[in-house]
Amino acid sequence: MTLHSAKIGQPVSRIDGLAKVTGQARYAAEPHPAGMLYGFIVNSPIARGRIEAIRDEAARAVPGVVEIMTHLNRPHSALFEKSYMDGLSVPGSPYRPLHDAEISFNGQPVAVVLAETFEAAREAAMLLEVDYERWPHNADFEASLHQKYMPGKTRSNYVPPKSRGNAAEAYALSPIKVEGRYHLAPEHHNPMEMHATTVLAEDDGSFTVWDKTQGPQAVQAYLTSALSLSKDQIRVRNPYVGGAFGSGLRAQHNVFLAALGAKMLKRSVRITLTRPQMFTHVFRPEAVMDIALGAQPDGTLQSMIVDGVTDTSRFEHNMENLVIWGLINYKCPNATADYKVAPRDTYTSSDMRAPGAATGVNLFEMAIDEMAYACNMDPLAFRLHNYSDIDAMHDMPLTSKALKEAMHEGAERFGWYNRPMAPKTMRDGKELIGWGMATGIWDAMFSPTSARATLTADGRLHIATAASDIGTGTYTILAQTASETFGIPIEMIDIELGDSTLPECPTEGGSWTAASAGAAVWLACQSLREKLFKAVGKSGNISAWLTEGLSNKTTVLKDGFLQDKGADENLRLSLSEALSLTGQEKLEVEETAKPGLRGTISQMRKARFTHSAVFCEVRVDEELGIVRVTRLVNAVAAGRIMNPKTAASQVRGAMVMATGMALHEESLMDERVGRFMNHNFAEYHIPAHADIPDMEVLFVEEKDREVSPLGVKGVGEIGMCGTAAAIANAIFHATGQRHRSLPITPGS
Amino acid sequence: MRQFSYSRPDTLDTACHTPDHTRFLAGGTNLIDLMKSDVERPEHVVDLSALSMSQIEERPDGGLRLGALATNADTAAHPLVTERYPLLASAILAGASPQIRNRATNGANLNQRTRCHYFYDPDMACNKRSPGTGCSAKGGRNRIMAILGTSDACIATFPSDMCVALAALNATVNLTGPEGERTVPMRDYHRLPEDTPWQDNILRAGEIVTSIDLPSISFGPHHTYLKIRDRLSFAFAIVSVATGLQMENNTIRKACIAMGGVGTKPWCVPEAEALLEGKAPSPSLFRDAAECLLQGAVTDRDNAAKLKLAPRVIIRALSQASAGTPQSQTQKTIF
Repeated sequence: MTLHSAKIGQPVSRIDGLAKVTGQARYAAEPHPAGMLYGFIVNSPIARGRIEAIRDEAARAVPGVVEIMTHLNRPHSALFEKSYMDGLSVPGSPYRPLHDAEISFNGQPVAVVLAETFEAAREAAMLLEVDYERWPHNADFEASLHQKYMPGKTRSNYVPPKSRGNAAEAYALSPIKVEGRYHLAPEHHNPMEMHATTVLAEDDGSFTVWDKTQGPQAVQAYLTSALSLSKDQIRVRNPYVGGAFGSGLRAQHNVFLAALGAKMLKRSVRITLTRPQMFTHVFRPEAVMDIALGAQPDGTLQSMIVDGVTDTSRFEHNMENLVIWGLINYKCPNATADYKVAPRDTYTSSDMRAPGAATGVNLFEMAIDEMAYACNMDPLAFRLHNYSDIDAMHDMPLTSKALKEAMHEGAERFGWYNRPMAPKTMRDGKELIGWGMATGIWDAMFSPTSARATLTADGRLHIATAASDIGTGTYTILAQTASETFGIPIEMIDIELGDSTLPECPTEGGSWTAASAGAAVWLACQSLREKLFKAVGKSGNISAWLTEGLSNKTTVLKDGFLQDKGADENLRLSLSEALSLTGQEKLEVEETAKPGLRGTISQMRKARFTHSAVFCEVRVDEELGIVRVTRLVNAVAAGRIMNPKTAASQVRGAMVMATGMALHEESLMDERVGRFMNHNFAEYHIPAHADIPDMEVLFVEEKDREVSPLGVKGVGEIGMCGTAAAIANAIFHATGQRHRSLPITPGS
Repeated sequence: MRQFSYSRPDTLDTACHTPDHTRFLAGGTNLIDLMKSDVERPEHVVDLSALSMSQIEERPDGGLRLGALATNADTAAHPLVTERYPLLASAILAGASPQIRNRATNGANLNQRTRCHYFYDPDMACNKRSPGTGCSAKGGRNRIMAILGTSDACIATFPSDMCVALAALNATVNLTGPEGERTVPMRDYHRLPEDTPWQDNILRAGEIVTSIDLPSISFGPHHTYLKIRDRLSFAFAIVSVATGLQMENNTIRKACIAMGGVGTKPWCVPEAEALLEGKAPSPSLFRDAAECLLQGAVTDRDNAAKLKLAPRVIIRALSQASAGTPQSQTQKTIF
């Protein structure tokens, strides 16, 4: 086998690809401990009320049923609400599954059938009869807007909008005005892998929990606290995750209920949700944004007023950074924004890929397009004219912003400069052709993360951190980082992720994992290398040329061998030889990467964002209302790209999702019962292959030494931001018609 | 899914003589889904796969007989179908996905159930699933529901693409039951919901679709299956039109037309066909036909868009058929 030393920045194929396509990669619903019970959740058909009676004779009579767990017979769990909070909880009262008889949302679990087979559990679940006392509810978003409010306590990552100038006055005085209400339908995350948990009841009374989560340590902390267990009684594993898009940020009810069942019966338990049940928990909130823009005839923005609302439940205050993006990204002397949440009787809305920005950036960029046209300016020229080099909302410098370069490179590749300005001017047969563009912006975050690097007797390098690879390529980029930093072929590296016992790593999300875990692995490999050099240097029994030469200055560790710079190529030591010289069985270090490492700048001193410019071509059959996206070009400025192959795949995946946002995805709430009715993949439409054109992703060079230790910004969300707006703007250019509500479906 | 008995008889006669609460199983692409969702609760499942009903063969009258157990995929790819009934092949290919078409059979395509959200959700009232419980689709999220042939008891759409072409083609359905054989015109096979929406069709207890006969009819290139849906593939129709025109010197001699996505059954209006016949194709003629086809349409809360789209789809389909440029199911441009 030829061994390859990989470098950061190379298009290395996924190192976990083989395991995945051969079924070796194990997901949350795949461990099968002996004696495992299957749990099937029974969901409430009402939105609000209380359980009056549960009649379970027929259900219990199904052969194989072991127990039916309800609020009446469940084992003890923590008493206080705060025990059910997790690191990413939003203010309010967290939902406590099977806590009592009260129903707060349609789809709320009211019972879990535990049986010897999945089939028995499901059949019994269908036979369980529950009587409810129904209370009035409101699940209508329009109606909930009358009750909108600002939570007294905001969630930890909430960025309050900051006003500048006098937006109202400037708007009134602006000769050119655009004003409108923009809307986004609620969406569900719908990862391909359903939410699932397998709890293994170990002999010592502890539990190993395989869960579909983005944060094994967060789930461990949550279960420990909610089930009143000690930390060493719960180990959470998620080595492979089949997509999550934010639905795995917080512990979902399946993990609590599976663990509760295992605690009750002291047996292993698995719960998998069905696709319809995937519509009973988190979703991207429905949103409205009232946007008013004022400008001078020359296209200079004078005023931006943004007023946004997203929905939340009655019991928790989910908040999004919805209204700030235009204020940050555009130079405009007068700007103000206001944000509130509207309560309805549903489960709490939650973070879904690029939370806040996917909604806020896209809807704002649709308004910006309208303003460009109101000023009779090319939409790209308009954006360049109002370009801000700083975070205009906080009046704070940026670590970097290569958006201008992205705009030019994207426009060049797309052929934007040949675009006729007037809408409805390009036609091919019965189809109108439109070109639209938008810009995207998302946070470039960095969180303290630890990693362990171990050199073992066989000369292999083991890297471990409690990060989660939710399908993004984390295994691969960490292996590249280790290969380059330590100087070892990628085939000699083992990466261990997705286990709460590993060195601390924050929950995967927000595009921060590449920058954060990458930095931790870099640091650990640096440190292990030094430790190895020192150890080998100290060991007396090594040939003179090597001992004398062994220092960072003259010795190199390359391709898995130690050798002197300039020395004969054959005079080299393999890592296992080197380790055996030290007399140690292994060498191990653990390091934590923190802000400030390698001269990175504190978030207080400089703002940090990824940016993008998206260009789109659509063909529209106006009469029949059919929109086809035929070209998408996304130029992304995201600092250093660790792996252009997996990174482009991330951006493309988000562009597909954003195409769904623009044209297909919509969870249909029947407000009479408070249930999302199109709860399956036949009626909740995500784009099919036929809907997706060849997409082009360009990475614009952006050297940024301040944003994170490796200069990495992360690319998980940026593809969502701007793409949906570019499609909507292209539809306007094709047809001359503005649509201010997404998705834009046939007949709308 | 509830407990059920399973059998796989090897004669049609045994299969027909089955107890009450039996469902026949063919490809399983619909029935098994519905059983898992607790919508269908048969006590007995009789698997028809041991019966030899998968032939596709010519008939003495020049027509074609499609075996009930021939798969959708095999039917759409069969040389006799692609040569003589390209309209049918096109409609089949407009539906579902290759994987589903590989499993799904012709006979069972006739018996697939509606995609109504409320039918699929046992927590919701639905007369079609649970007689007498009411219709939650009325006044609910009913963008996908029917605007033609509805009743107070039900507004669910019949979802098939294939059946729309079969109705346009005036196919006939051959049935065998405990009381013998009978033949029913495709256009009469499905029922309007009226006040018994749980009866989707005229099948009697124990009756099995054995084959479908296509009459000897040819439209040359003057046919099309035009389907409008919420994404470009793998979605049920919002509005679809199957039409075949026999053209002679720029005159429509015979017109066949049926609609999907808008009706509680494949929607045919003989008056609309008569109206087209003997006339030269023109936009105003097509408009008149559309108006005739959509007579009596009733919209509910969310589905007014169907009524706006339907005439446009009819007119476009008739334009395609009269011009001899049938809609491609792979090239997504609509000419």
